[in-house]
Amino acid sequence: MMALVLEAVVLGVLIGGVYALMASGLTLIFGVMRIINVGHGALVILGAYLSFALFRSLHIDPFLTLVVTVPAMFALGVLIQFIFIRPLRTDREALSVLVTYALALGIEGVLGYVFTTNYVELRAWYETASFPIFGFYVTWVYVFGFVLCLAVLGALFLMLYRTAFGGAVRATMLNRTAAQLIGVDVDRVSALAFGVGMATAAAGGVVFGLTNAFNPGSHYDLISRLLTIIVLGGLGSLRGAVIAALIMLITTEVAAVLISPVWASFVFFAILVAVLIVRPQGLYGVRVRERI
Amino acid sequence: MSRTVALKALGLVALAVLALLLPIIAPDPATTNVAVFTMMYVGLATAWNIMGGYTGYISLGHAAFFGFGAYSLGLLLNHLPIAPGYGPFFLVPVAGLLAALLAVGIGWVALRTRAATFVIVTIAFMFMLQLLAENLVKLTGGGAGLSLPYPRDWGGDFFNTPYYYAMLALAVLALVVSWWIRRSKFGLGLLAIRDDEDKALAVGVPTRSFKLTAFVISAALVGMIGAVYGYYVTFIYPQFVIDPLIGISMVLMVFLGGLGTLSGPVLGALLLEPAQLQFAYHFGASRLYLVLYSAVFLVVILLMPRGIIPSVADLWHRWRRRRAAGPTASARGARKAVKAASP
Repeated sequence: MMALVLEAVVLGVLIGGVYALMASGLTLIFGVMRIINVGHGALVILGAYLSFALFRSLHIDPFLTLVVTVPAMFALGVLIQFIFIRPLRTDREALSVLVTYALALGIEGVLGYVFTTNYVELRAWYETASFPIFGFYVTWVYVFGFVLCLAVLGALFLMLYRTAFGGAVRATMLNRTAAQLIGVDVDRVSALAFGVGMATAAAGGVVFGLTNAFNPGSHYDLISRLLTIIVLGGLGSLRGAVIAALIMLITTEVAAVLISPVWASFVFFAILVAVLIVRPQGLYGVRVRERI
Repeated sequence: MSRTVALKALGLVALAVLALLLPIIAPDPATTNVAVFTMMYVGLATAWNIMGGYTGYISLGHAAFFGFGAYSLGLLLNHLPIAPGYGPFFLVPVAGLLAALLAVGIGWVALRTRAATFVIVTIAFMFMLQLLAENLVKLTGGGAGLSLPYPRDWGGDFFNTPYYYAMLALAVLALVVSWWIRRSKFGLGLLAIRDDEDKALAVGVPTRSFKLTAFVISAALVGMIGAVYGYYVTFIYPQFVIDPLIGISMVLMVFLGGLGTLSGPVLGALLLEPAQLQFAYHFGASRLYLVLYSAVFLVVILLMPRGIIPSVADLWHRWRRRRAAGPTASARGARKAVKAASP
């Protein structure tokens, strides 16, 4: 039993890294623009499908497709921000939810049309090969995915805390108006931040596609988990998103072993409810008291 | 002024007569089926608007109450000795009551959060309920679905008619409740919460209990409509009755018609649901209907973020002011007057 739990914890950490990456893009977008990107899950799935299409037609390693999908998704993110998010002037928070939801449905529809609704999976040698550790086997794909996610997350943190652009992003997150007053081009920062969020979605998509069978409708399950993670971490907090992702995924994996796999997802949401009762602003969130 | 009132009354009466006589005018099942679903969404959108429109708290998880209502009625009918027919309709309020109880619990947690977080928490609760419906196999039948009794002696053209009138009754109930709230002190408090929750609290609006009450009323109505839906389709599955698409559809209809208005949700549902059924009918197999649906959605929100009713009302008032004030009145003055006049 202990061995099983230990295995679940290790797996939880490895998968948690992937969710941390996907959730950090989502929370970054919220932090900079104050919008909830309900389409994030669909965009991750889109990234996975782009990799799948390249992988199927060129027979290259799924990770290698990132060279194409990351810039493509970045451009798409900038475009989406320009066409759909920027025109929202009044009631941004509510309307953006609906707009991004609509985008999710559109993406789901297009993917369903192009790829059908059958489940597909990205394949590579490391998807089945495994190595022994602490008396159980870990598939290489989880390790590679985890390393990729760590690298991208590291790059994200470096960009945010060590570059001038990162400074502008953090200034916009703290106070949009004040940032504008000191000369930050808030619209440009928003567009680029959305692009960066999408680039992380592309990276997350590859790992998600390698570790899960997916179809165009997979985004519902994914986005509900990602949203739960960023609420638990505190909306707009990158650190919170990473820690919440690890807590959530470790708990889910352990619950899958101790209780049963069908109840694992339920535990996921139950944690959110429990945390909200004690701490409505999430782990690292600040209580919102706006417009006083 | 009195002429507009008379016109409005006449229009309402005409609409009511049309709604009442519809199964007689167009009795074929294909039409009445569309009518049942359209009336269902009139009720759903109106009920959603009581929370989302009046308080500004956007719930994307109302499908949870819809499905919960359907499952409540289904389980009641499976365990109680009630013959299929008109009997089950009398249990619909019980399903509504159960949905209200669930909403007290969910609202108590969800309403501890504001705006953006609230949206997400409602989504999370919806998926929780969906998982419960899937996992409690002994109770709900899980993914294999739950069957409801089927009234065999309603045949042919008549089959849809009782369901149509049940949906109509619930839609009217939702409208009456919504209308009553709109003109009550309670409704005024809800609107104050929408405009500025902290100021509303400061001037003595009991924001917490008001929000929760609006949420529970809205959920109870949605639960009852879900119950009738379950009885109508006779077979319910977790992923089709607690469907995020149902939750988002009612929201879109409200936004299309006009958020926070009385007639907006009705108009939105009347326009969108028949179109949606047509989309699904013609393109459902290729999933292109999702693309079309999302396109309509995006166009509505980007071009008309306030919805049809407020936009048209604005134009109409401006036109009337201009005519009344003569050609000298500046557009700015007219707009100010409209803002002061419109609620």
